[in-house]
Amino acid sequence: MTATESETATPRERFLKGLRLGVPFAIAGFLVALTFGIVARDAGLSAVAAIVMSLIVFAGSAQFAAIAIIAAGGGVAAAIGAGALMNSRFLMMGVALAPSLPGRWPWRAAQGQTVVDASWALAARGDGTFDRWLLFGSTSVQYLTWSTGTALGALGGGALGDTDKLGLDAIYPAFFVALLISEARSGRARGAAAIGAVVSLALVPFAPAGIPVLAASVGALLGLTQRARAEAQEARA
Amino acid sequence: MSTSVTLIGGLALVTAAIKAAGPIVLGGRELPAQFLGVISLLAPALLAALVVTATLADGKELAVGEHTVGVAAGGVVAWRTGSIIGCVVVAAVVTAVLRALL
Repeated sequence: MTATESETATPRERFLKGLRLGVPFAIAGFLVALTFGIVARDAGLSAVAAIVMSLIVFAGSAQFAAIAIIAAGGGVAAAIGAGALMNSRFLMMGVALAPSLPGRWPWRAAQGQTVVDASWALAARGDGTFDRWLLFGSTSVQYLTWSTGTALGALGGGALGDTDKLGLDAIYPAFFVALLISEARSGRARGAAAIGAVVSLALVPFAPAGIPVLAASVGALLGLTQRARAEAQEARA
Repeated sequence: MSTSVTLIGGLALVTAAIKAAGPIVLGGRELPAQFLGVISLLAPALLAALVVTATLADGKELAVGEHTVGVAAGGVVAWRTGSIIGCVVVAAVVTAVLRALL
């Protein structure tokens, strides 16, 4: 989408476009949520707790990270800490999104809650600005399937038996692969991805969970190079 | 039960605060082009890190498994067809088949 296109469309049209673009991610997210519901029950959470967690946390990787620590016998503080580290990338995404959000600070804070990986990536116009209505639309449909998927997994997941046998653990990373492929359009984006991958893998043996992903942000510093600036300005013009 | 309440409530609050921080501090401001150039590359860098840590690491050790192959197969589908649903379904099926065979 070009910047001019999204500026002339009405908020309603952009919201609906977000809904439409979000559907494939929402369907894939449904499968991820189903897995989450099952894993959360296995870790000792009640079905209600698993569902409420998806409703009010709504951050897949953080929920998985926290539950993994509980399942391994870790403490609540450690679980929250791991979830927070996983979510630290949302801090960067929020910083990126901030200039595109109008209104007073409580209203901006509320709009910032709609950031999830797929929506944030879809709403990026490629010039550093974001289409917030597209973001809201895309997140709405994903919130719906994230909640219902968790409920189904938490209440009926036992019927599936051993979920590892079904390969459900491959769904979550595959979801991010698909996102990455749609994002990595320019050579510079592929370079940032390569640096991010290498940095995070190098840190895995030493750093606590979540930090390797956060540290991968350094890959984005490729954007400081001369040509990237020119490209960003060109896209804005 | 109280453990669940603390865990869920705590994680919800922390997540909301993280998501709110950027928009509260930087909202509505025009940022320099240089900054925007960096921001536009954050998504690929973070997504790549999520992918490799989920597929090539187990805890603190680098490790591969059936799901590594499955995710790679899904990646090929996403790359060739652009289908997200195809990608996740192929990843799960290939992983499941490999686990059944090996």
